[in-house]
Amino acid sequence: MKRIITAKVKNRSGVLNRITGLLQRRQFNIESISVGRTEHEDNSRITFVVDVEDFQKLEQVTKQLNKQIDVIKVSDITDKAIVSRELALIKISSNAQLRTEIQGIIDPFRATIIDVSKDTMSVQVTGKQEKIEALIELLRPYGIKDIARTGITAFLRGQQPSNQEQTPFSLLN
Amino acid sequence: MVMSNQEQERERKAEAHTPKTGADLLIEALIEENVETLFGYPGGAVLPIFDALYKKKHLFNQVLARHEQGSIHAAEGYARISGKPGVVISTSGPGATNLVTGITDAMIDSLPLVVFTGQVNQPVIGTDAFQEADIIGITTPITKHNYQVRKVSDLPRVIKEAFHIATTGRPGPVVIDIPKDVAANPCQDSYDNSFHLPGYQPTIKCNPLQVKKLKEAIQQATKPVILAGAGVQFAQASSELLEFAETHQIPVVNTLLGLGTFPGEHELSLGMGGMHGTYAANTALYDTDLLINIGARFDDRLTGNLDHFAPSALVAHIDIDPAEIGKNVNTHIPIVGDAKYALIEMKKQIKDSPTFKAWRDVCLSNKKEFPLWYNEPTEAMIGQWVIDKVFKATKGEAIVATDVGQHQMWSAQFYKFNKPNRWVTSGGLGTMGFGFPASIGAQLAKPNDLVVAIVGDGGFQMTLQELSILQERHLPIKIIIVNNQALGMVRQWQEAFYSQRYSESIFSIQPDFVKLAEAYEIKGVKIEDPHDFEKQLDELIAYDGPVLIDARVLQQENVYPMIPPGKGLNEMIGVKP
Ligand SMILES: Cc1ncc(C[n+]2csc(CCOP(=O)(O)OP(=O)(O)O)c2C)c(N)n1
Repeated sequence: MKRIITAKVKNRSGVLNRITGLLQRRQFNIESISVGRTEHEDNSRITFVVDVEDFQKLEQVTKQLNKQIDVIKVSDITDKAIVSRELALIKISSNAQLRTEIQGIIDPFRATIIDVSKDTMSVQVTGKQEKIEALIELLRPYGIKDIARTGITAFLRGQQPSNQEQTPFSLLN
Repeated sequence: MVMSNQEQERERKAEAHTPKTGADLLIEALIEENVETLFGYPGGAVLPIFDALYKKKHLFNQVLARHEQGSIHAAEGYARISGKPGVVISTSGPGATNLVTGITDAMIDSLPLVVFTGQVNQPVIGTDAFQEADIIGITTPITKHNYQVRKVSDLPRVIKEAFHIATTGRPGPVVIDIPKDVAANPCQDSYDNSFHLPGYQPTIKCNPLQVKKLKEAIQQATKPVILAGAGVQFAQASSELLEFAETHQIPVVNTLLGLGTFPGEHELSLGMGGMHGTYAANTALYDTDLLINIGARFDDRLTGNLDHFAPSALVAHIDIDPAEIGKNVNTHIPIVGDAKYALIEMKKQIKDSPTFKAWRDVCLSNKKEFPLWYNEPTEAMIGQWVIDKVFKATKGEAIVATDVGQHQMWSAQFYKFNKPNRWVTSGGLGTMGFGFPASIGAQLAKPNDLVVAIVGDGGFQMTLQELSILQERHLPIKIIIVNNQALGMVRQWQEAFYSQRYSESIFSIQPDFVKLAEAYEIKGVKIEDPHDFEKQLDELIAYDGPVLIDARVLQQENVYPMIPPGKGLNEMIGVKP
């Protein structure tokens, strides 16, 4: 099962190395990982999408991450009210005749054309992973030359539905 | 090590004239941490540090091993016995990489170490400079934490953090990599060393509600058993454990590293569990309906095949490291916290319990019916017997350090530890070459106690150069080589599982260990006859100074009982003669 896990970490040299090494060493499958600064200049936020077999394995991932000295907080936010986004850049084959047609495809996705050359065209799209995948599928027939994706980044919505319990996932305490 | 007034005066003057360096700050920080014993080995990148040490050498007991692996295993032995962090200093590159085995060993056995490694000058880091090794990259997976100090102003804080991290929560090794220029360049007199680690707040006090669950489980149980690991020792909770077990009359199994946390000769002690554990211990772990794990990590050498591990038990697990809980064994009652605190809370809450008499009687009769065994030797000695004799001759009171192999398992089986902090062995990593240098660290931690190093003829040859330290300091360690002229444990597996194809496990030649001892001006004796051994042992142990005993034992002996690899607790072999 896929889970979205976020970690707030201290910006210290080696922290990313420590974390990715840990995940690899303990045989956790990482689908994507994205990192960037937070509102606090000393901290970064890492968003992982992990593919784990079961809840026991999931608990191990969060505990092992939490155990790292420079990891301040780990949350599995999969079942929370969250906003999650990914950005993708897609380069496809295209020529002058096809441009309008492609424009018509990408418009509903609120994607934008960010580069055009004689026989290619590059599109930028942001959104949920499913939306990005859908657009890629629609563009595939034109011939995809290159794709660059950031991986998912996510956080909690400002308000969580009150019926949803706020217990972090853990068998502990 | 005492300085004359004149010398001190000269030093004060010299100090007043030269500006302080990073190396001086490092030494000051060590003094502030009450470090007395240092396991260092010099080299280019740490020359500034050793120079600063030279000026303060009267404040430290500096131990120069003959190989950095010796330094770090000695530091581990020191940490295990003293309860204080072991401090190691090595140079960059090869000095640092020579520490890797020991750092890994300390990580897996949770020993507090603070390891300083030199690094090349900052401007050349990343250029494959002379003696450059990426020790941060190398040690990231084998340290609790590591640092490379880029600014001298960070050094005092980093050192303070490192000692805190190494010694609190679940202890472990911390590496501090110091580029030569950081140590050498002049700097301010002092810097702020206060720290805040929001990501590191170990849980010491367990949740009382979880203890309540354990209480309820005990009320329901009919076959409870306690599994006590090294966590009990780190928490210094042996007397609380004893009281708890006695109050409720619950039998106790120890892990390899937990030996001594519960008195080995106590009626309720079932001995060690696991691959070479006792029948009584493993059967109890198999049959139990409530397993109370206190500070053990369910290592695979303990559990055997997980499908047969405590199959019908409710599992309660007390551990200071939450990541250990539920890692290998599904756990119903997790209790995160320090073992001592948890045992005190248990005493408060759990006043009475049903009587477990029937179960207790089964366990005790198993213990009686299926004791550890060996065949009494007549002409040639055997390892088990040697260790049994050493146990009796030292009245079970020695500090025992072992290497890895058959002699280690026999020591765990036949040396009954009645007190904690007496047992030094490499459990998780199974590091050959560990035992002898670790015994040196143990002796330095307890200069007045009897220390016995029980080693195999194979492993001893991995780090025997540290005999120099015994010669130099006249450390009265008694080295007993259980000499089967083979890599015994490997030979045993080849006999049992590889149709006796003894591939590279039998030594065709060996050094003359007695002459070797004498080369270091150490008393050496070779003993082949059991009667001689019995006759001489008391005297050799009482000898005022180091002794090396080359005890020749039968090669064919195997360690039993055994859970064969892949099998479960209920599938032991060699339970009876
Ligand atoms: C550094 C290292 N290399 C190899 C091994 C594998 N190994 C485990 S036990 C053993 C044999 C040890 O022989 P010896 O030291 O003579 O002790 P004995 O088993 O004979 O008591 C070996 C080679 C190990 N544990 N550590």
